[in-house]
Amino acid sequence: MLSFLARRLLTFVPTFVGVTLIAFAFIRLLPGDPILLMAGERGVSAERYEQLRQQFGFDQPIWQQYLDYVAGIFQGDLGTSFVTKRPVLDEFMALFPATVELGLCAIILATLIGIPAGVIAAVNRGKFFDQALMSTALVGYSMPIFWWALLLIIVFSGWLGWTPVSGRMGLVYFINGPTGFMLIDSLLSGQSGAFRSAVAHLILPTVALATIPLAVIARQTRSAMLEVLGEDYVRTARAKGMSPVRVNGVHALRNALIPVVTVIGLSVGTLLAGAILTETIFSWPGIGKWMVDSIFRRDYQVVQGGLLLIALVVMIVNLLVDVLYGFINPKIRKG
Amino acid sequence: MALLEIRNLSVEFATHSGKFRAVDGVDVTVDEGELLAIVGESGSGKSVSMLALMGLLPWTATVTADKLEFDGHDLRKISARARRRIIGKDISMIFQEPISSLNPAFTIGWQIKESLRKHTNMSRSQRQDRAVELMRQVGIPAPEKRLQAYPHQLSGGMSQRAMIAMALANKPKLLIADEPTTALDVTIQAQILELLTDLQKNSGMALVLITHDMGVVAETVQRVQVQYAGQRVELQEVDGLFENPHHPYTAALLAALPERATEKRLPTIPGVVPGQFDRPQGCLFSPRCSFADARCIAERPTPAGHDLGYALCHYPLIDGQPTGKENAA
Repeated sequence: MLSFLARRLLTFVPTFVGVTLIAFAFIRLLPGDPILLMAGERGVSAERYEQLRQQFGFDQPIWQQYLDYVAGIFQGDLGTSFVTKRPVLDEFMALFPATVELGLCAIILATLIGIPAGVIAAVNRGKFFDQALMSTALVGYSMPIFWWALLLIIVFSGWLGWTPVSGRMGLVYFINGPTGFMLIDSLLSGQSGAFRSAVAHLILPTVALATIPLAVIARQTRSAMLEVLGEDYVRTARAKGMSPVRVNGVHALRNALIPVVTVIGLSVGTLLAGAILTETIFSWPGIGKWMVDSIFRRDYQVVQGGLLLIALVVMIVNLLVDVLYGFINPKIRKG
Repeated sequence: MALLEIRNLSVEFATHSGKFRAVDGVDVTVDEGELLAIVGESGSGKSVSMLALMGLLPWTATVTADKLEFDGHDLRKISARARRRIIGKDISMIFQEPISSLNPAFTIGWQIKESLRKHTNMSRSQRQDRAVELMRQVGIPAPEKRLQAYPHQLSGGMSQRAMIAMALANKPKLLIADEPTTALDVTIQAQILELLTDLQKNSGMALVLITHDMGVVAETVQRVQVQYAGQRVELQEVDGLFENPHHPYTAALLAALPERATEKRLPTIPGVVPGQFDRPQGCLFSPRCSFADARCIAERPTPAGHDLGYALCHYPLIDGQPTGKENAA
């Protein structure tokens, strides 16, 4: 297990180099001069231009710029927002919990519904539930998130008035808790109704964000289960007199989960991409919305730093998935 | 009293192209502590009839029987839940592919103890002790350590031993071994067979050995049931069967044994077992039988008496010669 982890960590290095190269190249590959772009329509004096060039290191040779950039990363320096003048890393850390909260809720919802649905569909292959579920999953998978999110808002916030339209928390509450997770902080704050408000704000974004992963997980679980159900060891389990629930839910599912865990891990990337849309639509103050806002403001330092941090998050999640994989599949652990 | 009694068992599979009858009116009787072999080519319905008994066939299969009794339980009328209390406890089964028959995601110990947890009231430590005892019984060295192993860490022979340990966990009255050695190396085959027959002798359980290997039959069993195309064609004590087979199919199977070959070329049985679309109208073996005549092709035979090994043949063989042809002519 340890050597597996060590080897897996080694593969981090080339990926990290690749990601830094892309994030580094981003600003430099944009058409036009980065400083003029940053300055925008007002323009900039020649004196100020030279000063900025030196400040950002654009006067250095390109490899020197890259090395300085990477050295900066290791010191936690991801640049400073042009707009807020705050370090990118600080902004990221302040907003990240909101995205994690939303993402976790979405992935939990998708897993809790997707896996059982996939199992039941596989066990009842070809019957009504299976066909209904798979058609629904196809619709869920093909639906544009922004449209689906707007539809949810219209129906549940507009017509029915059950949920708030946007934001993370009702305006009457002031929550500035220790964890950054509104569900926990609202409970800790002891303000009555705050937790309810936090949940109500979470529901629609969670559903919108969970839709695609849910469809993917359900479909993957179904196909993995169908494959596994024909295996000899499933027959062995039945020959031992095990109940259908135990045969399907323990003997078969444990093996079917191997590809499903991969899909769940991969959907974290999709989730972060989806979060950009979902957060924007629901005005959810997370990194997705932050990135979009920064792009509109041409806050390139933020875009560059955010890109790197999001990539890093995906890499770490994939590492965790691989470790989890080893726990589910003993063949990998020992390999 | 017979431990297992099956009368006129038929199994039909619903396929896209209509019904396929895999087992056609088979009788099986197993006495307590007995060792019965069921032999026949691939497609003769050996495994399917036993899987039907276990209730392990897919939903596309329809099972009918005049009698399906095990140890006083009528398995035709029993609920699925009640059947699950019997299978895995009083009847257990091991399979052809030991490696794929063990669940790769769980340790050997977990899989053996699961059976104990389901069918007994043993405590955790009792289950551990019993699992170690079982592993020792089937000749697995260092049992405590092997209980923690995953199936992929075991060889084929070891896997089959572990399967046997699992099948024996609840001291079954009947063990069905479905071609238990087919997937193993020849040297290991003999060991596994010896283990099975020793266990049968020492524990007093009945053993049904499904095989297509006549050599295995000669060495190990007491009675032999020969099946062909889903029907039982002969049933005899092993000595009688080898000395004086009464059904032409049995005779042809025996003639194909390398040890018995007299010619330079090994004799074979021409043709293949009939499938869904080429099922003969009369005797199912008639297209491949060297003794067949017009009556064989037209009419279904009925089983002969006990003296002729219940041979399903119009002209049962005695000393290699068909009898009764004169009367018919």
